[in-house]
Amino acid sequence: MSATAAAGRPASPFHYRIRAGLKETGCLALGFVLIVWSLLPIYNIISVALSTHDDIFSGTVWPEHPSLHSFWIVFTQGFWYLEHFWHQFGNSFYVAFGTTFFTLLIASLASFTIGRMHLRQGWLLSNAALMTYIIPASFLAIPFYSIAQFYGLGNNLWAVIAAYVTFATPYAIFIFSQYGKSIPMELDESARIDGANPMQIYYRIYLPLMIPALVAIGTYALLLAWNDYLYQFLLLSSQQSMTVAVALAQFLNSDESPWNYMMATAIVYALPPMILYYGFRRYMAAGLTMGGVKG
Amino acid sequence: MGTTQRAVPIGRAVGTARLGHRAWHGGLLASDYAWALGFAIPYIAIFLLFVIYPIIYGVWLGAEPALYHQLFADPRYATALVNTLVYIGLGVNLHILGAFLLSGFFMRKRWWVKALLVIYILPWATPALPAFISLHWFFDGQYGLLNNLLYWLFGVDGPVYLNYRWLGMACNIISYIWKYMPFWTVIFLAGRMAIPQELYEAADVDGATGVSKFANVTWPLMANLYFVCTLLSTIFTLGDFTTVYFVSGGGPNMSTEVFATLGIRYAYTLGMPRLGVAQVLTALPLMIPLVFILMRKLRMTERQL
Repeated sequence: MSATAAAGRPASPFHYRIRAGLKETGCLALGFVLIVWSLLPIYNIISVALSTHDDIFSGTVWPEHPSLHSFWIVFTQGFWYLEHFWHQFGNSFYVAFGTTFFTLLIASLASFTIGRMHLRQGWLLSNAALMTYIIPASFLAIPFYSIAQFYGLGNNLWAVIAAYVTFATPYAIFIFSQYGKSIPMELDESARIDGANPMQIYYRIYLPLMIPALVAIGTYALLLAWNDYLYQFLLLSSQQSMTVAVALAQFLNSDESPWNYMMATAIVYALPPMILYYGFRRYMAAGLTMGGVKG
Repeated sequence: MGTTQRAVPIGRAVGTARLGHRAWHGGLLASDYAWALGFAIPYIAIFLLFVIYPIIYGVWLGAEPALYHQLFADPRYATALVNTLVYIGLGVNLHILGAFLLSGFFMRKRWWVKALLVIYILPWATPALPAFISLHWFFDGQYGLLNNLLYWLFGVDGPVYLNYRWLGMACNIISYIWKYMPFWTVIFLAGRMAIPQELYEAADVDGATGVSKFANVTWPLMANLYFVCTLLSTIFTLGDFTTVYFVSGGGPNMSTEVFATLGIRYAYTLGMPRLGVAQVLTALPLMIPLVFILMRKLRMTERQL
């Protein structure tokens, strides 16, 4: 690449080399800054998790006596905020998978109606989805809390699942509609001629061809449900129904918090979504470039 | 016709729509209509039960004029309003601009740039809660890593950041940028990759320099994406609860609260849910034009795809 660029320029190759060298140095410097910027808070969380109680308050920049003791405490539920840790971990999984399943089901059905069937009112559906997508979830939190009580879902994991399905389906419908355009309508039509009803077309043709989009949105919904805090905090109050996110934030309630236990809990909590994230990064990128954008 | 015309861009391209239309015998049969409706019912139910009902209930809760007298008389409200504007004005623009510039950097075809991207997106892959708890402790004035580092490297005693309103807001904004800039960088990266390489080659043939290539090729093609991302990010930032709640915690003395946290604080810490709802409703004058422009823009984007 440098050869062609140098050949294209009549200026002396020496000057060119200096400029290219400066540019390369600048890029390396920027790269270094980016590494420090990205990793400092990550380093912080790991270093505190490996510290003993005294290390945290000693003012050093790395733990003097690094140990895995805090992780042991988390795994054995050896602290009063962590008494139900594994149960709460299970609750987080329950919410995440419940959200994923119902988001995929409801959104794929709705997108099938919008994209593959000529429903005259289809635009109403996609506008409703677009509107929900744009309203910040936190702005609906207070009335949603009351509504959950009306429905008898107070302190119930299903209230949380309902909330996340509500906020994940609009984006899912958006992406499914985009992706669905790449599936030829002729497939549906020939299936119709063979006598398939819409349910069979949905199940036998639409869903199998939508798998990449389903994986992308499945990952999105799973991460949304696992990572959110606000709705879990508002809707779940007992130790038995809490998720890890709520349990983790409990540490902040007291001033005498063992920060090393808290950070160890935070790492254990962060690992499943991060593994999932890096594992499905290709699909995530595919989902994003399909035209939608959502954090 | 008007409604079907508008439905088309969501469904699929106009040409295939006609073709499909004919194949379905010129419209929906009664049984097909039932199927279509049946497929849509779960979503309609979710939308009515968990979006429309809460909205109506919220508007009803916040309908009392007295609430707004109480709200506007509360100095914490004015503080949160200013904070929100600063948070959005600085946070959104800094991280969108940064993401846009960095996406240009990540277009470089070096192996280490690609490896760097994997590290650079770590903040985005990290769940918000652990990230912000870590940053809260990172900024801690007494035992935090930042001040420890400053002392270790330069022998300087840093301030107690979270004890001051504007330093606290700066911590919130920096944390927000740290967490969400990678996401927008990836979006812009995808946008840049979608620009046909021939355009740059043609510009090279015409003897264009880096700056004029940016001004005449990259920017005109990216401007719309930049605008949409800025608007979307404005909405996300306006609704962002987690950053402020965990990094500065709204402290000291509720001086770093923003709109998304103050409503929750009114409702659950101070036990005034109606006041909280009223506070959220005062964001509507900012929200409605944003939502309106965004819905138009997003629908246009869909049409282009």
